[in-house]
Amino acid sequence: MTEIQLWTLVFVVITFSLYIFIAYRSRVSDTAGFYVAGGGIPAPANGAAIAADWMSAASFISLAGIVAFAGNGYGGSVYLMGWTGGYVLLALLLAPYLRKFGKYTIPDFVGDRYNETARLVAVVAAIVVSFVYVAGQMAGVGVVFTRFLSVNTTTGVVIGMAIVFFYAVLGGMKGITWTQVTQYTVLIIAYIIPAVAVSAKVTGVALPQIGFGTILDELNGLQADLGLDSYTEAFTQTSMANMVLITAALMFGTAGLPHVIVRFYTAKSVRAARYSALWALFFIALLYTTAPSVAAFSKYNIINELGGTNGIALSEAPSWFTTWADVGLITQSGEAAAPISELASDATITFTDVTINNDIIVLASPEIGGLPAPIVGLVAAGALAAALSTASGLLLVISSSVANDVYYKKINPQASEKQQLLVGRIAMGAAIVVAGYLGINPPGFVAQVVALAFGLAAASFFPALVLGIFWKNCTAIGAMTGMIVGLGVTFAYMLWTIPIYGGSDGILGIPPTGIGTIGMIINFVVTIVVSQVTPKPSPEMQELVEEIRYPGRTRLVAAHAEGKDLH
Amino acid sequence: MDDRQRQEYWRKNLTLMSVLLVIWALVSYGAGILFVDALNKVSFLGFPLGFWFAQQGSIIVFVILIGVYVWRMDKLDAEYGVEEYEGEVHHS
Repeated sequence: MTEIQLWTLVFVVITFSLYIFIAYRSRVSDTAGFYVAGGGIPAPANGAAIAADWMSAASFISLAGIVAFAGNGYGGSVYLMGWTGGYVLLALLLAPYLRKFGKYTIPDFVGDRYNETARLVAVVAAIVVSFVYVAGQMAGVGVVFTRFLSVNTTTGVVIGMAIVFFYAVLGGMKGITWTQVTQYTVLIIAYIIPAVAVSAKVTGVALPQIGFGTILDELNGLQADLGLDSYTEAFTQTSMANMVLITAALMFGTAGLPHVIVRFYTAKSVRAARYSALWALFFIALLYTTAPSVAAFSKYNIINELGGTNGIALSEAPSWFTTWADVGLITQSGEAAAPISELASDATITFTDVTINNDIIVLASPEIGGLPAPIVGLVAAGALAAALSTASGLLLVISSSVANDVYYKKINPQASEKQQLLVGRIAMGAAIVVAGYLGINPPGFVAQVVALAFGLAAASFFPALVLGIFWKNCTAIGAMTGMIVGLGVTFAYMLWTIPIYGGSDGILGIPPTGIGTIGMIINFVVTIVVSQVTPKPSPEMQELVEEIRYPGRTRLVAAHAEGKDLH
Repeated sequence: MDDRQRQEYWRKNLTLMSVLLVIWALVSYGAGILFVDALNKVSFLGFPLGFWFAQQGSIIVFVILIGVYVWRMDKLDAEYGVEEYEGEVHHS
């Protein structure tokens, strides 16, 4: 066992034991505890839980790499702005009102505000989006175990499943929330320590957010010498129109994702829901403002370590280069992506001769920056925390959709608390097994669909939620037609343009990742037009929508909470 | 709250929201994308300013916007007597 493996094992064992201990301490015995932690989580803790829930294996492992390589600097800004800007919409347009409305899930809101058919559409959409996501997280767990501890992917995923099974089934939302608070702490420490160390080492400025400004000129120069586009110049990778469309799809999609929205139901009050959004974005911003600096420093270091324009002999390549080339994450550039090992050992390589996988930037940055082994182990534990916390939040959405929205609302409305809890736990267990299977055998399209899920959420849920809150006369048929048309147009366009399916260039060069914005606009227009000509909501429903605007206890919201039908 | 107070409360809420959302759009879509080339001619802490907005500034402003919203809404709630206190749980 190498020193890095030993330290990784130490950190993994410590953090996993901590998660299990916390989960055991916060086990629950009622449905309110299982679905929404009894609505009793303080705002800062809820914010940290939202942040951990939100920042997945992709944020932790891939984001910096995507900004550095795929986006060539500026182009990656769509993810930085898109995945944070959505929280402003959540805080101002959704969180306080959905919290006042009460209940447990998005389908609850859609079903109670509109009608039962709309509830079913929402259930199906919520389950599909969540499964796609969770498969990606389980695959992420497998990747970390394989690369750092040399166990095979299946063993890695099974270990991850066992841990999530233990705390999610036992503790429901309460167990998940308190574990996520711990996981956030682990992942943010693991992300920031190497970033600060690298920034201090390269620039002498410890704050990476400031430090990376001082190397940008030099980085632009290095890239120009290698014949690459400038790192900071706009629109070298993506046109202005597409930057706007993709950023918007990610922002509005964020504000429509079920596993994020459900977190605001766990807040103590309307006021606490607002504060939760503030804390969540603050905690997320710590990582999201650090990521672009990790991106710039890594690219700068990598170009320099590979000898700039002169290049270096392969036999002289640094040890991280050899390590990652051996597992095929650094290859020769070009379509074929031939392995590095096919080159003669005295061949000279430069940065442009090789392709570096986005995922290794964060995992390898401590090594590239020459930091000691314990920090590398810490980063591995952080990546696992990011993957497990997101997985558990998604599994809860699946479990509560099945147990609350389908079993309790549709199949057995007389179900006792005990029966509902049992169904919830069985659904959670089954979901974990399916997610694990998908993690071990990822279908080829998962990676694409994860990125596209935002567009689908933007085109379906966002207009139905916002209009349902802000427009009393928004009708059930209007909202449903809007959701179906918005979702349909977006989905069809995606199938038409995604390389592995249609591969068409599409209309006006709009990429599949940006179409969600168009779908959302269509949804808004259709909903508003159809609502003009269809029967208005009942006067009581209109009054209920009026009441969710004001905090504190109000008559109809209280009646609704006790189960009164207001249609 | 009576009906008139409700209308006032809601109008003030909508005004606050609109102002904050205009700023939200200006820093991200405006400074980060539409006007990025012009802003990149200005240097800020070593960053081209447009690039800084796209990768740092917009995110920082987003946090501030929610902060201002939370603070102003607390004041508004107090003014209309609908403020909630920690520890008050009114979940169904």
